[in-house]
Amino acid sequence: MTIPSLLRMRGATGAAIVGFAILAILPPFLSDFQVSLLAKFVCFAVVAVSLDLIWGYAGILSIGHGVFFGLGAYAFGMYLKLEAAGQKLPDFMAWSGLTALPWFWQPFANPLVAIAMAVAIPMFVGAVLGLATFRSGITGVYFSIVTQALALIFATLLIGQQPYFGGTNGLTNFSTAFGFPLIDANVQFNLYYVVLAGLALALSICFALTRSRFGLLLVALRDDPRRLRAFGYNPVAVNVLVFTISAGLAGMAGAMFAPIVGIVSPAMIGVVPSIEMVIWVAVGGRGTLLGPIIGAILVNGAKSSLSESFPLIWQYFLGALFIGSVLFFPNGIYGISRTIQRGWSTLGRRSAQQPTQERLPTLEPGRPSP
Amino acid sequence: MIQELAATTATTPAAGLVLELSGVTVSFDGLAVLDGLDFSMADGELRFLIGPNGAGKTTMLDVITGRTRPRAGSVRYDGHVDVTTRQEHELVRLGIGRKFQTPAVFRSLTLFENLEVASTFKQAWPSFLRKLRGAERDRIMDTLETIGLAYRAHDIAGELSHGELQWLEIGMLLVQEPKLLLLDEPVAGMTRPERDKTGQLLRSIAGRHSILVVEHDMAFVREYAQTVSVLHLGKLLSEGPVQAVQSDPKVVEVYLGHRHER
Repeated sequence: MTIPSLLRMRGATGAAIVGFAILAILPPFLSDFQVSLLAKFVCFAVVAVSLDLIWGYAGILSIGHGVFFGLGAYAFGMYLKLEAAGQKLPDFMAWSGLTALPWFWQPFANPLVAIAMAVAIPMFVGAVLGLATFRSGITGVYFSIVTQALALIFATLLIGQQPYFGGTNGLTNFSTAFGFPLIDANVQFNLYYVVLAGLALALSICFALTRSRFGLLLVALRDDPRRLRAFGYNPVAVNVLVFTISAGLAGMAGAMFAPIVGIVSPAMIGVVPSIEMVIWVAVGGRGTLLGPIIGAILVNGAKSSLSESFPLIWQYFLGALFIGSVLFFPNGIYGISRTIQRGWSTLGRRSAQQPTQERLPTLEPGRPSP
Repeated sequence: MIQELAATTATTPAAGLVLELSGVTVSFDGLAVLDGLDFSMADGELRFLIGPNGAGKTTMLDVITGRTRPRAGSVRYDGHVDVTTRQEHELVRLGIGRKFQTPAVFRSLTLFENLEVASTFKQAWPSFLRKLRGAERDRIMDTLETIGLAYRAHDIAGELSHGELQWLEIGMLLVQEPKLLLLDEPVAGMTRPERDKTGQLLRSIAGRHSILVVEHDMAFVREYAQTVSVLHLGKLLSEGPVQAVQSDPKVVEVYLGHRHER
């Protein structure tokens, strides 16, 4: 069951490069619709990676990551909305009787500010939530429940704010980003590569963190937080730091998501989407960083094809997939592939070692064979 | 006088006391667990602390590590540190390491990684992204050598036996280079060969560190202790070489006399 043996797995870099190469050469073979769909899934993959960083390594399960994704999506969506509205007031504000742009909307007219905010706001909220909970010793299941409550509160809050955030409809009718029309297939095609670069960035950050001594600290934190304190560390600081980084990455995913789907609404960030995010990671294999990417793309691919064929019952498939992966494949798709790979190599080694099998284990110092 | 001396000669620790408790009183719900306890230990000493259940041994360790605050009395560490005013993790950083009764290591990490986490406890955040320096690796390997587990450096700690876990935890403390090492029943649950190995380990590291061992296993104490302190009802009952303490009538009566004799 111990996942962190994967922590030392250097083969993952190779697998990541192959995976990215496949994702990079795919678009010319797909329809315009499929390219946008895949871009959407890659955004989800970024969220899955951010979630895996805290769940798979530090053992913090957030079932409210939709909030950070949503904060990022709204932040960049506000810029898109302002650019679409031009010099006028955004449509939903005018319908709600506002006559001037609220002060907190004004900075978002600048796309660079909006991008910075899409990462900074989730990080700030994550840090505040983390400090408030971890400092008072709220961890484990209780922390998960708090994040779930946050997702509910956040979605409800947005729905209630019709004049400021468009209520249930959210932010819609985006037209351009940096002057490029979003409905243009070429723009969407290029956006796909922007999103893919975003995934590469998120994955690099998480690889760098988990493969360094910081990663050891995260696993130590998951194993025994009290012991970590007895060794002179402050576990609260480690928890808050990693949670804040994760929130920022989820925000980045949200910011990339907004121009691709052309709408940002509370329905995408509440309780149910937050739980779906956890499913992507569980199905893909937590504590592996690459598994959740596979999980996010496959689960969402299955979801969109199943929801076309079985519009009424596809959610049962999703539930069954989650239960099945937790019960039978606790290390997810990535874990299965590792098991098969290891099975092959031990088979090979056994047959090669037949003659020397009687040999006694050596007790000499030295690195045992991996 | 001694305190003043220790304070002025803090840089030459051979002369000073590493630990000095005077009149320490701790009570829970009106019951005095430590009752005006006086205790001191010289720098570099290997001291054993024994006493029947409820004598206050673990509470004494809690006081020294800042977990429990005494109601009265003073606790001085290294001549000049007033322990009662410091936080638990501060004291760890000042060089007081403690091993709890149950082995607690990070089970998903390898032995080397366990020591790695322990050894870098004083470093700043950004340094956690860089690789270990050669000297840092050497120090970890040396410590693994000391605890006799170098050949398992890259095994997962969760696979270790009970005795090996205890040694690993002692190693994790050693790599932090504490001045004062507190060990709470390090040989509990160990087989005889494991116990002997632990005794030899303690002897080999004494001198470089001051070590205070709380122990129930009298056979182990007889074999490896030089100086023994006996705690009873929150007070120091007797202190001295093992043979002298063993023949002390007070000790025989309260402790060795009845059920703990082996």
